[in-house]
Amino acid sequence: MWKVSVSPHLKSSESVEKIMWTVVACLVPPLVLSVFVFGIQTLLITAVSVVSCVAVEWLSQKALKRPVTIKDGSAVLTGMLLAFVIPPGVSPLLPILAAVFAIYIGKHLLGGIGYNFFNPALLGRAFLLASFPVAMTSAWLPPVENMAIFSFFGGAVDAVSTATPLAVMKERGMAAFTELFGSGTSLYGSFFLGWRPGCIGETSGFLLLLGGLYLLYRGYITWHIPVSLLGTIAVLSWIFGGEGYFGGDPLLAVLSGGAILGAFFMATDYVTSPGNKPAKLVFGCAIGALTVLIRLKGGYPEGICYAILLMNPLSTVLDGWFKLKRFAPPVGGAK
Amino acid sequence: MNALLTFPKGGVHPPEFKEQTQGLAIETMPVPDELELILGQHIGAPCQPTVAKREAVGEGQVIGEVKKGLGVPLHSPVAGKVKDIGMSAHPLRVSAPSITLTVDREAAPLQYEKDAWQSLASDELLTRVHDGGIIGIGGAGFPTHVKLKPPAGSPVDTLVLNGAECEPYITADHRAMLEHTAEVVEGARILLKILGIKTCHIGIENNKPDAIKAMAEVAARVPAAEADIRVRTLQVKYPQGSEKQLIQAVTGRKVPAMALPSAVGVVVQNVSTAKAVYDAVACRKPLYEKVITVAGKGIGRPANLLVKVGTRLKDIVEYLGGLQPGLSKIVLGGPMMGFAVSSLDVPVTKTTSAVLFLTRDEIDTRPHSQCIRCGWCLEACPMGLEPKEIAIHVEAGRSEVTEPFGVFECFECGSCAYVCPAKRPLVQFIRLAKMKAKRPQ
Repeated sequence: MWKVSVSPHLKSSESVEKIMWTVVACLVPPLVLSVFVFGIQTLLITAVSVVSCVAVEWLSQKALKRPVTIKDGSAVLTGMLLAFVIPPGVSPLLPILAAVFAIYIGKHLLGGIGYNFFNPALLGRAFLLASFPVAMTSAWLPPVENMAIFSFFGGAVDAVSTATPLAVMKERGMAAFTELFGSGTSLYGSFFLGWRPGCIGETSGFLLLLGGLYLLYRGYITWHIPVSLLGTIAVLSWIFGGEGYFGGDPLLAVLSGGAILGAFFMATDYVTSPGNKPAKLVFGCAIGALTVLIRLKGGYPEGICYAILLMNPLSTVLDGWFKLKRFAPPVGGAK
Repeated sequence: MNALLTFPKGGVHPPEFKEQTQGLAIETMPVPDELELILGQHIGAPCQPTVAKREAVGEGQVIGEVKKGLGVPLHSPVAGKVKDIGMSAHPLRVSAPSITLTVDREAAPLQYEKDAWQSLASDELLTRVHDGGIIGIGGAGFPTHVKLKPPAGSPVDTLVLNGAECEPYITADHRAMLEHTAEVVEGARILLKILGIKTCHIGIENNKPDAIKAMAEVAARVPAAEADIRVRTLQVKYPQGSEKQLIQAVTGRKVPAMALPSAVGVVVQNVSTAKAVYDAVACRKPLYEKVITVAGKGIGRPANLLVKVGTRLKDIVEYLGGLQPGLSKIVLGGPMMGFAVSSLDVPVTKTTSAVLFLTRDEIDTRPHSQCIRCGWCLEACPMGLEPKEIAIHVEAGRSEVTEPFGVFECFECGSCAYVCPAKRPLVQFIRLAKMKAKRPQ
């Protein structure tokens, strides 16, 4: 028997699985670096996060009597991204709880892939931040010395010995920041390469940028959201980030916190971002502005997570504002 | 050389797969014992038989006519006998009224002589186009004489010949332009005379450099006083051969939604239709033969075949060395817009451009999943529509409200479904939407 179906009979070789697994692959180098910077604990947290996201996806789909799609890689990606936005020194219980909230409530109760209107990984982080504020804002690990990545097994981890650069800047000012993290080229260098405290995945701007550029090259993401988002953060931080006006450090603002991770891997999530290009630009700019607002005036040192979550449900609204241009209107104008 | 022309918005680049047949000269297939002529070959009213069962017919004799409504006559491709007037397998309608002919093996094939068409008036030429049974053989099947008589309110100044052949696999127009170059160009001159204009653009995609060269050489020999026929090189991009996209690429004009090309002063004809016009007008030979591309890994020997209209697929398969293991889908037309058929009893019609025998590894049968809103279909759609939104409405049982999304501007090129990573049957969703939504007037 021969198959009969509607045209087209040719399909491109791209698929949801291919996209998801490619993004996962782009996140592996920053993860590996993170293991070297913060120790083997990082790997444990990431593994727990990924496994629980996949498990929760499977259980949710079974419970809701929907087809099981754990092989499409989207739950693995959520697990990776979730691990990337939590501090490396937290208890492994936290990513498990976050996975339940992110995948079951944030994704499957809203209709599954394609219908969730918040980024699941960031929803998981927001849930943890609200439920475990102390751990989520203090369980930082200092970059390990002498490549002692197995220190976790060797002795107790001093999880509260340090603070993230953005927190230091916010709470103790620029002087303390310079004292702790240095200044000038060495500062940019260590931030760019990732030798600083922070969440698991947000450390190395260089490796994240490399992954993001690869996604751009493959056509999986477009430049609109990352460029408008990071550009807005840079410009607004330059204007308002320092003493008086125009005294901020735009480069530092972009390299700090989760800006690059958020711009390339979170805000570009297909499901929760607009599809039209002008809408993407507005979406990126709005996230950048909200991020700077929260960093400078809000209660948290880093704001990109909430900035993206605030803009996520507005993506369809933005798409509606910037209607695509049709080929040509009918004679006598559009109705 | 000028920059390559194309339409600016949307489009995709599927693999071309033309190497199987682009180098093969057109080969005449021996006439099979029986032909099956579907009475509704064109858009419009189907023909009514003008012959009776068991009646003898001659080659080129009219066997069906449209009594009322839009249409052209149907001619017998051979000398023979009417075996039956009944039903035939049909790629879309499952079955359709048809005339079955038994071929008279003794009769000598008819020879046609060229006569001077230049002395004829344009309405006499137009009558010959109609009488020759000419329809748009690029695929649409719209009666050509109707297109050549544009409405009084929209004067036409440009004829565009479509030699883009943007569908993968198909090389029939390519070979026609190479082997019947003079006839195609003379067909264009006839069309220009009928329309009473002088400007003709022949759009050919850049992947056919030999055809571009040959056509440009012949076109340059047409006296400037009579006509200005120019070959325009197009970028290789699907759907470059779509009427509205081709007009935009070549003339820069945009045909308004729900309007015909004549609204912007253009008439488009396929290059093979131009060749058929030449045959019908200059040689008085009606349209009853067709060059088709037979390709795919599922056929023994791929070829560009000149076949009689009414040749059944099973005869073509037998002539070309049989089906190959792994055959999974048989498509009439191109892989982007063609129709899959389930039976080899289906006959070739005037609008069949190709028969593709596709194996398992040539088609994608992965199941579709939920839309991930990646927006790739928005980028791919040449009409600026939002296939994903239409599909989501259709899935939710809200097809009736899809008219504002422009479903009736969709010409089903399949670019959206081609790029969709979730493998969603977007063209099918849009067809469903078109059935339920109210067409704007």
